[in-house]
Amino acid sequence: MTVTTPPTRYRAPFAQGGPSEIDPATATQLLQEALRHGGDYADLFFEYNVSGSYGLEEGILKSAGRSVSLGLGVRVMKGDATGYAYVQELTPEAMRHAAVTAARIADSGTKVAPQGLDSPGLPQRYRADHLTLDVAGVEKRELLLRADRAARAADSRIIRVEASLHEELREILIATSAGKFVRDRQPLMRFGVRVIAEHNGKRQSGSSGGGGREALEYFERRPVEWHAQEAVRHAVAMLDARESPAGEMEVVLGPGDSGILLHEAVGHGLEADFNRKGTSNYTNMIGQQVASELCTVVDDATLAGSRGTINVDDEGLVPESSVLIEKGILRGYMHDQHSAAFFKTKPSGNGRRESFQSHPMPRMTNTLLLNGAHDPEEIVRSVKRGVYASHFGGGQVDISNGDFVFSLTEGYLIEDGKLTSPLKGVNLIGNGPEVMRKVTMLGSDMQVSDGIWTCGKDGQSVPVGVGCPTIKIASVTVGGTQREAKQ
Amino acid sequence: MSDSQSNELIVLGEQVVERARKAGADVAEVSVRTGSHLSAKVRMGEPELVEEAGSRAVGLRVMRGQQVAVTYTSDLTEGGIARFVEDALELALLSQPDPFAGPPDPSLLSRADQHRDLDLFDPGTDHLDAAGAIAMAMQGETAARNFDPRVTNSEGATASRMSGASALVTSGGFRGASRGTYSSLVVHPVVDDADGKKRTGHYWTAKRHAAEMEDARFVGEEAARRTLAKLGARKVETQEVAVIFDPDAARSLIGLVAGCVMGGGVWRKATYLAEREGTRVASDLVTLVDDPLLPRAPGSRPFDGEGLLSRRNVVVEDGVLKTFLLDSYSARKLDRQSTASASRGAAGGVSASTTNFILQPGTMSPQELLADTKRALYVTDMMGFGFNAVTGDFSRGASGFWIEGGERKFPVSEVTISLNLDQLLQRIDAVANDLDLRTSTASPTFRVSAMTLAGR
Repeated sequence: MTVTTPPTRYRAPFAQGGPSEIDPATATQLLQEALRHGGDYADLFFEYNVSGSYGLEEGILKSAGRSVSLGLGVRVMKGDATGYAYVQELTPEAMRHAAVTAARIADSGTKVAPQGLDSPGLPQRYRADHLTLDVAGVEKRELLLRADRAARAADSRIIRVEASLHEELREILIATSAGKFVRDRQPLMRFGVRVIAEHNGKRQSGSSGGGGREALEYFERRPVEWHAQEAVRHAVAMLDARESPAGEMEVVLGPGDSGILLHEAVGHGLEADFNRKGTSNYTNMIGQQVASELCTVVDDATLAGSRGTINVDDEGLVPESSVLIEKGILRGYMHDQHSAAFFKTKPSGNGRRESFQSHPMPRMTNTLLLNGAHDPEEIVRSVKRGVYASHFGGGQVDISNGDFVFSLTEGYLIEDGKLTSPLKGVNLIGNGPEVMRKVTMLGSDMQVSDGIWTCGKDGQSVPVGVGCPTIKIASVTVGGTQREAKQ
Repeated sequence: MSDSQSNELIVLGEQVVERARKAGADVAEVSVRTGSHLSAKVRMGEPELVEEAGSRAVGLRVMRGQQVAVTYTSDLTEGGIARFVEDALELALLSQPDPFAGPPDPSLLSRADQHRDLDLFDPGTDHLDAAGAIAMAMQGETAARNFDPRVTNSEGATASRMSGASALVTSGGFRGASRGTYSSLVVHPVVDDADGKKRTGHYWTAKRHAAEMEDARFVGEEAARRTLAKLGARKVETQEVAVIFDPDAARSLIGLVAGCVMGGGVWRKATYLAEREGTRVASDLVTLVDDPLLPRAPGSRPFDGEGLLSRRNVVVEDGVLKTFLLDSYSARKLDRQSTASASRGAAGGVSASTTNFILQPGTMSPQELLADTKRALYVTDMMGFGFNAVTGDFSRGASGFWIEGGERKFPVSEVTISLNLDQLLQRIDAVANDLDLRTSTASPTFRVSAMTLAGR
């Protein structure tokens, strides 16, 4: 695909040279307002978010949409207390009002003067000068039409095809009383196909999708036709799905997508806010064995172009790759500034927020379980009777104790070391720390899941990446509908 | 917020409609929203977060012939609005003609004098300031922490209020505005279990009129009671067994049913109920009503997202599926009339949705229902997203209590319950009378005669 990119049409009004440019002097004044009643720390978070969405259905591009949101969030911290206010208008009066409102949290105490603002250089983990938003709409429409044709051509049992493309640019400016003044432009793109197959009165859906912090070059690696065929394969395979067995059994998790289980079952418990409050099952466990020694888990914000990658977090700090669990031993948590101060450690750059309307929290970026030494085929062969998990619909965890539930959108019965029937309605239920201790084999085929995952915490959604190799777990409760005699 | 502010929203809407028409739109529909919110969270007796803000945004749907586009902006500067209208007109040329696209039949549009006052706005709500909200949250959390020494930690308590107004103006001649408030308090205690596991729980109250909320102290104590009751939770054997759903768990099941009766899913054949109208889809104890006209209820509204007059729809009556919920697009797709169920999303798109979607209560109390049960899992919490609307397959993680001989025996966790939703609804053999309209999808306690429980 050859795409010539014109200079971008999308720049934040607060960018350099923009109609409401925010320079370090203006930011300093607002920070002074925010700290007028005292407080330990204040920051300003300016955000401009433009997104586009295109939806194809019944063979035509039925609707196209674009959204713009713009605003400033002001945060003032004093001890463990946070005052937060936001405005959508970037007029001097409105911004000042937000600073004054947030300042109310600190009603006394020593006054802190903001430090002089400094702009450190940032890594370049994605290209922000090159946006799908700037590409002519007809090219994006053609991608969706191609996906539609490919899905219909792939199998005559396909009765419906839906394809969508979502594109986004998030431009941020962070100014902090600790002296940071940082700008970043974060592109994001996500493509998806969903099909319904019908045969002998049965209907099943299948889907495939991907993307990341990159532009249409993504489709050179993963053409829309690939996703269309994958969605069809999934739906058609599920037409033959049988009821899932229920009860405890061996489970093999496929590479890539299964990382979502790790994200939920382990990752959230390692976000330091829960540990600061003592409400995580990993509280006070650093240095202890929390997983099978096969397991090394990292949170890596640096993967080029991945959905969870960031150059800078929403508090102005640059995240790298942090080791969370090393050969089963808990090494550290993911921090924002607040939790890092509490634990007297360096912030890891995991302070993220959904938008200017929300305060930052420790959040994951790309959370990965690293490779083991087993051949993935050998892992499947080692299972006499169990479940193989290919694709997940989503999951949830109770952070306080690690209990989780995951739903499979594609899974298979393993019988005598071979994948046999596709299964429907499969849930995996268990406890994160217990499951991590029961990892008995780990493949050498680590994959990062294609860019489709969004993580929710306290009502805030952020894009994340997940990844893992093939994993064998000695025993997990499978929630299905079919009772089996106990072995 | 006063009526004059509602008028301001309508005036802004009229200006945008006019601009879009001049720029070449055959149809322009504008929704304007404004709101303010305050929330205060306390944790372990200290204020943790006070959040305060106002917001305002405009959404636009345009049609050029039968080409449709939607845009949204919170940048209400002159340049921001101009760009937003321009984008919509340009994107409409990109989308392809959809023979079913169009505004609702003008003869169906409602007039302002038909819009009922549903008492959704509580002028008292705005009186709660940050200090008041902190005090309320503090009272709730303190009550939970003082309730029992085993309450050792807390994920905090949050008190919040919001008030908002919205207006809809369309080139077809509709203008309408409404406003509302909503206040809530939630308390999340943490208790330590003997096996070193932490157990969390919560209880909450929420109402459009702040004075109708449950007392903060009661909310805190009830949260503690519910969390303590989970101590010692364990798995049970895999088996077929009756399942009772408490109102919170029941509500989430009723929400799944709601998702399966929407016009969009029906014409797409993306719901197992697509061809079941007029047939039995649940036991005869089940009557499901979507009612936007209940005074003070969370999902109430005087008109729908396309300007049609709100009406009560009986979706399932004594177990028989009577109607789907339709906006005008899905109605045209299915060759019928809209049920006035259109909802306009924040980003400008329109689709059918529920308002107050309620399983009608039965006559027995939840205690009587329990006493009448020999053996069951009583579910208070569900986890995960295990539902396939196309097939109706349902399987989720669950926790709650074991019931034997009409009594609670011990807490249960880490099990899943599974059954196709079609069978699940047909197996409802008892519905209690404990309906509370805290949320727009609501249900009393009910019992399903048998489901597959996966545990040990």
